Amino acid sequence: VSTVTSSRRTPAPFGRRGGVIEANRAAGAYRVLEVADPAGPAPRPGQFYMLAATERWGGGDEERPFLPRAFSFLRAGDGRLEFLLEDVGPGTHRLAELEPGDGLWLTGPLGIGFARPEDGRAPVLVGGGIGIVPLAGWQDEVGGPALLGFRSAAHAEAAALLADPDVATDDGSVGHHGPVTDLLGESLDADPDAVVYACGPPAMLEAVRALCAGRGVPAQLAMESGMACGFGACFGCVVPTREGYVRLCLDGPVLDAADLDTALVPGTGH
Amino acid sequence: LIDFCGIELAHPIVNGSGTFDAIAARRTFGDALLADFPFAAFVSKTVTLEPRQGNPPPRLWEQPAGLINSIGLPNRGLHGYLEHDLPALAELPVPLIVNVMGFTRAEVGELVAAFAERVEVAALELNVSCPNVESGLIMGADPSETAALLEHIRPLTAKPLIVKLTPNATDVGAVAAAAEGAGADAVSLINTLRGMALDPRTREPWLGGGTGGVSGPAVRAIALAQVREVASRVTVPVVGMGGVQRGRDADDLLRAGAALVAVGTESFRDPRAGERVAGELADLISKRSETAPETGATETPKTWVK
Repeated sequence: VSTVTSSRRTPAPFGRRGGVIEANRAAGAYRVLEVADPAGPAPRPGQFYMLAATERWGGGDEERPFLPRAFSFLRAGDGRLEFLLEDVGPGTHRLAELEPGDGLWLTGPLGIGFARPEDGRAPVLVGGGIGIVPLAGWQDEVGGPALLGFRSAAHAEAAALLADPDVATDDGSVGHHGPVTDLLGESLDADPDAVVYACGPPAMLEAVRALCAGRGVPAQLAMESGMACGFGACFGCVVPTREGYVRLCLDGPVLDAADLDTALVPGTGH
Repeated sequence: LIDFCGIELAHPIVNGSGTFDAIAARRTFGDALLADFPFAAFVSKTVTLEPRQGNPPPRLWEQPAGLINSIGLPNRGLHGYLEHDLPALAELPVPLIVNVMGFTRAEVGELVAAFAERVEVAALELNVSCPNVESGLIMGADPSETAALLEHIRPLTAKPLIVKLTPNATDVGAVAAAAEGAGADAVSLINTLRGMALDPRTREPWLGGGTGGVSGPAVRAIALAQVREVASRVTVPVVGMGGVQRGRDADDLLRAGAALVAVGTESFRDPRAGERVAGELADLISKRSETAPETGATETPKTWVK
């Protein structure tokens, strides 16, 4: 047993700690939460945190939310963390209503983040919806074009969180009308010597995985799965790989696409 | 210090089997885990004879005040546990209790015998919430099945044997009494209660395993009743668990007759919940003995009515 500190992973302080909301601002259809986390170490892009409001977490409609929720960080630095969220369920609803000064339980950083490009390959970032989050900090480090897909123009406003985004929308209201993998195909046509970093809904990740596999392009997928704990205790967040089930919180959330037969895992997405 | 079956423990809070992976936690949190280990003893996840992948996802469903899990006892199997897990768990600063499960009495016997002489192991816990494939009966749902199992394995080890009772039984007290009568040194309860959830979109079972086990504060009242019932039927120590979130919940289980209290689902929400609950419990007990030994309270406790 060893604690691995690497370019992909910063270990977490033991236990949950109290952070304080500094700002809660709109980013199109999403909210950006800025959290003061002076005691936390600097995370690596792709790592995540378990978040829960310190007040009124449990006790609402149906006594939910009960479990903390997993979130990749958008950006981090100077004792501050940024998270992006959309109000889609009891956990995100409660987080979305937090105000400056409110308390937040944080556990993290957790999991393993992205690996740097090898063999001179050029990074290409592919994000779908809320899945643009882990790509922001990674683009700050490794650069590369950001190909971002959204449902609508309101969601696509969040594309401004990354540099020089190339946007696709399902309804054609902004940018390319169609799936973001159309943009990825064009990008790989122009420069096949790439490594793809992707995060988004399961169907998008599977399309990225299949496209990259077909062209022999390496890809790293930041995945999501319902998890109770985030530190390997519950065994709930497994995804099937060619090596068997792996706990996404320990061996992910970034997985090498070559280890997967599919990115469509039952129960993932929301 | 607390004496539990001859094992010295620093406080009465342990973990429920399968709710804390000390090896994964050390990978995540580093050696700070050892310096501030949250439990007075560590109960490891169920070991079976053969390796198990566990159930297909999805494995979790959040429900009102709790969680339904369908994990399916993934583990490396006995050989893998002895080679990989046991040396790592032996580095923990607290006594180790190994939880085992077999699908026949002979399998349970093989598992128990494998740990009988291991100095790293302080005690064994038997997961009897599975069917005996020879009889078709859940080993821990029937007093005679439980007694027959204990009679088979009791001669195989001098280590304390704890029977982890299933709450999905008609008469848990009778099963506990049968376990004690056949040589169990302690009993622990409650395991999760069988439950299920439907996918709101498809109206089909959400969990990959179909049904799962309900845990969390939703089961606390059931745990309290079953612990009290079992404690009234046996003289061996009882490890109580079910929905413990705070020192007060642990205090209630002790009052119901438990000798130790296990924290389970709450550790998912708060990795240091065990240590926090132990601290809150110690505060409660010390304040009570200082100020109001007669009523057992420092201030008038609130009832539910208002």
